[in-house]
Amino acid sequence: MLAEFISSSPADRRILPEGRFAGPMPWVIAIMMFLTILATAAGLSISAAARALSADLAGKLTIQLIEPNPITRDAQTRAILGEMGKLAAVRSADLVSAEDMQRLLDPWLGEDGLDPDLPLPAMIDVELARKSAKDIATVTDAVRSVAPRARVNENVKWLEPLAGLFDTLKWLAVALVLLMALATTATVVLAARAALNTHRETIDVMHLLGATDVQVARLFQRRIALDALLGGSIGLVLSLLVMFAVGGRIEALGSGLVGSASLVWWQWLLILAMPLIGAALATFAARLTVVRALRQML
Amino acid sequence: MTEYGRRMATIVQFDNVGLRYGTGSETLTDVSFSLVKGHFYFLTGPSGAGKTSLLRLLYLAQRPSRGLIKLFGEDMVTMSRDRLPAFRRRIGVVFQDFRLVPHLSAFDNVALPLRVAGFADKEIEKPVHEMLRWVGLSDRASARPATLSGGEQQRVAIARAVIGRPDILLADEPTGNVDPEMAARLLYLFDALNQLGTTVVVATHDMHLLTQVKGAQLMRLEEGRLNDPTGSLRYPPKRDGLD
Repeated sequence: MLAEFISSSPADRRILPEGRFAGPMPWVIAIMMFLTILATAAGLSISAAARALSADLAGKLTIQLIEPNPITRDAQTRAILGEMGKLAAVRSADLVSAEDMQRLLDPWLGEDGLDPDLPLPAMIDVELARKSAKDIATVTDAVRSVAPRARVNENVKWLEPLAGLFDTLKWLAVALVLLMALATTATVVLAARAALNTHRETIDVMHLLGATDVQVARLFQRRIALDALLGGSIGLVLSLLVMFAVGGRIEALGSGLVGSASLVWWQWLLILAMPLIGAALATFAARLTVVRALRQML
Repeated sequence: MTEYGRRMATIVQFDNVGLRYGTGSETLTDVSFSLVKGHFYFLTGPSGAGKTSLLRLLYLAQRPSRGLIKLFGEDMVTMSRDRLPAFRRRIGVVFQDFRLVPHLSAFDNVALPLRVAGFADKEIEKPVHEMLRWVGLSDRASARPATLSGGEQQRVAIARAVIGRPDILLADEPTGNVDPEMAARLLYLFDALNQLGTTVVVATHDMHLLTQVKGAQLMRLEEGRLNDPTGSLRYPPKRDGLD
């Protein structure tokens, strides 16, 4: 559709002189596109990270058995594991080993090891077959039936504040993209109006020779679409450079959570297509502006 | 010509047309006339009489404040603007100030109406070169208007006006900027086109021109009114006691 909108013969192109990068518009669009692509990439990455986090934690529970008496604790642990084995809703239930507990506590207690007299809770990792509230309630009931003081924690709830932050950032990115699109459209409208004023005499002549509004608008569409495409391409190249540089830094962090904030193929495709989307938006805005202005003439 | 023939051949009809710009007084008042296909008309009158305003109404740059205008049998006053371009393509105009597109060559200026009409480049080349040859500018095809003399620009404007073989050719003071020899030559071009069946209206206050075209009809404007005491410019013709 864009190609049809901007296609014209060399002779048609001569009617309005086209000086590439003659005005500020391509550069303004380059900056806009640069920021828009970064905001889009950030939004998509955050969304991917939030999804990865949710997929990792959803349907997973941790049963914490706080019992100072080691004999009672061991007995209740075995009873809970036994109960979990009977439930169809539970895919797996694994006791966190002493070594894993040691590793978890190392940052706080040091490498000297745990004091054997220090009572530690027993921890059981449970993975549910499905992620439903009903299954969580079933597991909780089963645990409480053998160990009334045991706590059943949904892993996903621990990271709810972080998920909330991700959600806010994602919508912020969406708002930024929309604002950029609005600003780009406003730029195009102003540029189209300026071009109309510059070429007023030529337009008047064409009009009196019987040119339709659409014929005149097509001349401007092409100029503006090409400016937008060139500006958008520059913005894309610059934003890709920034994204690869930031991506390298993220990889160096080696963090699982940050590392999950990566883009998949269709998201890359979307980003690569953004100059085209921008050009289509600019073309449409230019057409609308020019046709509306021409309607003021007889 | 029979009455039926004349009725069918009437391509322009003005009935009690008035034109007022803004809130000022009327520039044209109660103008009524008919133009017959294939005739040659001179529109004369002193400066400020309304000749250019009348031409603007004819080439559809303006709608009248009142009255009826019919072009090719269609009411132009109430016609939707979307339909006007098709009618404009049937009208050739030579503007007083030429209105050539400054960044286009003579060739491209002349080709403009054909491009507007949707002709492909390969269909345009031959007729444009023929037209430039007709106006004696074959060797100036690639020249831009700024490098052409006044007379040459005038001829490019004429070539552009007639390239689409219009039904009506309107020329506003076409000899105003050229010497008498060039004026005679331009008039010869108009006459030749008229012989091919195009209705020609030349607005001028050069009285010498009026004798140059045999059979040309005179339309005289004075203070915005068409001086037509015999009603000969009207169709149906004026009848005493009825008008």
